[in-house]
Amino acid sequence: MYSLISPDGSVSDRLPLTLQQMKGLYADMVEARTYDRKSNAMQKQGRLATYASFEGQEAAQIGAAAALESDDWVAGTYRDAALMWRSGYPWRLLVAGRTGDERGGQPPGGVNVLPPSITVGGHMIHAVGLAWAEKLKGSSRVALTSFGDGATSEGDFHEAMNFAAVFSTPTIFFCQNNGFAISYPRHEQTKSESIAMKAAAYGMPGEQVDGNDIAAVVAAVSVAVERARKGDGPSLIEAVTYRIGPHTTSDDPGRYREESEAERWRERDPLLRVRRLFQNAGEWSEEWEAEMEARATERIEQAVAEAEALPVPRREEMFDRMYSEITAPLQRQLDGEQ
Amino acid sequence: MTELNVAQALNRALDTALESDERVLLLGEDIGRTGGVFRITDGLHEKYGPDRVYDTPVAESGIVGAAFGLAIAGMRPVAELQFMGFSYPAYDQVINHVARIRNRSNHRFTAPLVIRIPFGGGIGAAEHHSESAEAIYAHIPGLKVVVPSTPHDAKGLLLAAIEDPDPVVFLEPIRSYRAVKEDVPEIYYTTTIGEVRVEREGEDITLISWGAMMKETRAAASMIEQEGGSVEVLDLHTLSPLDADGIVDSVNKTGRAIVIHEAPRTGGLGGEVAAIIQERCLYSLLGPVRRITGPDTIFPLKRSEGHYLPSVEQIVKTAMRALEE
Repeated sequence: MYSLISPDGSVSDRLPLTLQQMKGLYADMVEARTYDRKSNAMQKQGRLATYASFEGQEAAQIGAAAALESDDWVAGTYRDAALMWRSGYPWRLLVAGRTGDERGGQPPGGVNVLPPSITVGGHMIHAVGLAWAEKLKGSSRVALTSFGDGATSEGDFHEAMNFAAVFSTPTIFFCQNNGFAISYPRHEQTKSESIAMKAAAYGMPGEQVDGNDIAAVVAAVSVAVERARKGDGPSLIEAVTYRIGPHTTSDDPGRYREESEAERWRERDPLLRVRRLFQNAGEWSEEWEAEMEARATERIEQAVAEAEALPVPRREEMFDRMYSEITAPLQRQLDGEQ
Repeated sequence: MTELNVAQALNRALDTALESDERVLLLGEDIGRTGGVFRITDGLHEKYGPDRVYDTPVAESGIVGAAFGLAIAGMRPVAELQFMGFSYPAYDQVINHVARIRNRSNHRFTAPLVIRIPFGGGIGAAEHHSESAEAIYAHIPGLKVVVPSTPHDAKGLLLAAIEDPDPVVFLEPIRSYRAVKEDVPEIYYTTTIGEVRVEREGEDITLISWGAMMKETRAAASMIEQEGGSVEVLDLHTLSPLDADGIVDSVNKTGRAIVIHEAPRTGGLGGEVAAIIQERCLYSLLGPVRRITGPDTIFPLKRSEGHYLPSVEQIVKTAMRALEE
């Protein structure tokens, strides 16, 4: 497994990122975690619908996004808020989506991030089509699709990987292997030793990387992105990570795993190891961390306030967004006629 | 003008679309080198090359899912699925993604793609090759579902589907592919999606059908006229959105209606059409709205097809009874 920063903060190889870049990425991870914790709290207060926490997966998501250009395509899942945000999707819209507002699914122009896929696995092939179109248009854009270990058991995974390889589309398959598909552990999900090794069967490179090591994720995804941009086709990256929280706010992990396991993974926390790296280098202080956290909290609170200030959608909006122009049957239903 | 059958008219429509819009591309199983199982894409691979007309791996969900991504990123893909019975693996993509992305993204992303699906029986095919499952597509909000029954309409409707900013499921009645020929303009033209086609005007009874059953419906209309009845024939040709006003206008005039479809009866679109008529034409009706449909059985194999498909005689008999009311 490819890694650069150990859990204790020691560095095994020269980092592909400057200290300044590392500080920026660390700040992004702090902000993402702030959003995640705020969302969990809001769900308990009844302000959000079901929420799927990504705590523990910040390095995988922020790292993957950091390897992309701002206009590349991203097609992810309901657990990918950090990936989406780092790719340009505003927090306020992510919050709005989780409050149960379709307007949260509408990123600003120029942000090529699809609203999250809720069904498991169906969106991977979309990143094949998106990338295929960019290739046909002669642009250098690539498409990254993010999914979990569970999604690799769907037939859709096979079809997407196969199509991408056959048509050599600039697609990056980014698997966040977080140990569980709700309750079903990774080792039961597939008899393959790794998810990365599945790439070989499709004729594309596959790399397993420590998903809690942001430098390693950035480096591995960058290689895949560069390969795609050059016209050399798709790659599969398996980021090995761990879902610290439950599957969603409706889940009880106590039914299928020991709390001690999550505790062990907390020691491998993606933020902790970067902080240790800074500490080892004499580049960390409590004040700096506190300032960063305060800034993150301010931004997330602002986003939440904006999302919650959105007025309840009007009834006609539900009808208006079905087609480019409202159809005759829908108009009658909107008007309350038979 | 050239005399063409439905299959040829569809081929010309695709040719015209590829010629006039560089965003248009075709993808599907065996559509390139062999021109498709029904030869609808015959010659297009040679003419436009493998970067416009793609043979794909055997994966219906993959074909539709890839077309969806292509459409979002600005292309105008036309996907072919070989038979309706093989379209079900792609149904997840159609229902969960294709039909929903405009709603999910509040108009930010759209999927202007066409999914072409040959459908219907009557050619003695193997199991799964004769399905008429149009109702399961027409039931899905966010899709448009169209089905031509004549060569002229086939070309105009397919070009309209490709132009349409929303996803269109384009159903092709298999046994109409090579049944008749008519003059089809060589120019680019479109047929309006969402309006019934009044194929024949009449005063006493409205026969409503679509796709391959239009053939039996037309034949029945001629026979009923010989018996002295004046028949109006509607080709629905857009199954979603249904042109309720077009149906209502006709039945308010004639006072009698029969809906004819090949699909199984229960949950078939005949029920929806009948419901529209009873809601809006009750006081014009001279008798009950009748349905002539396939039974709620699995579409049979070759030797029993005659037991399944509605016949001209059935339509005539039912209409003559209605005309006595």
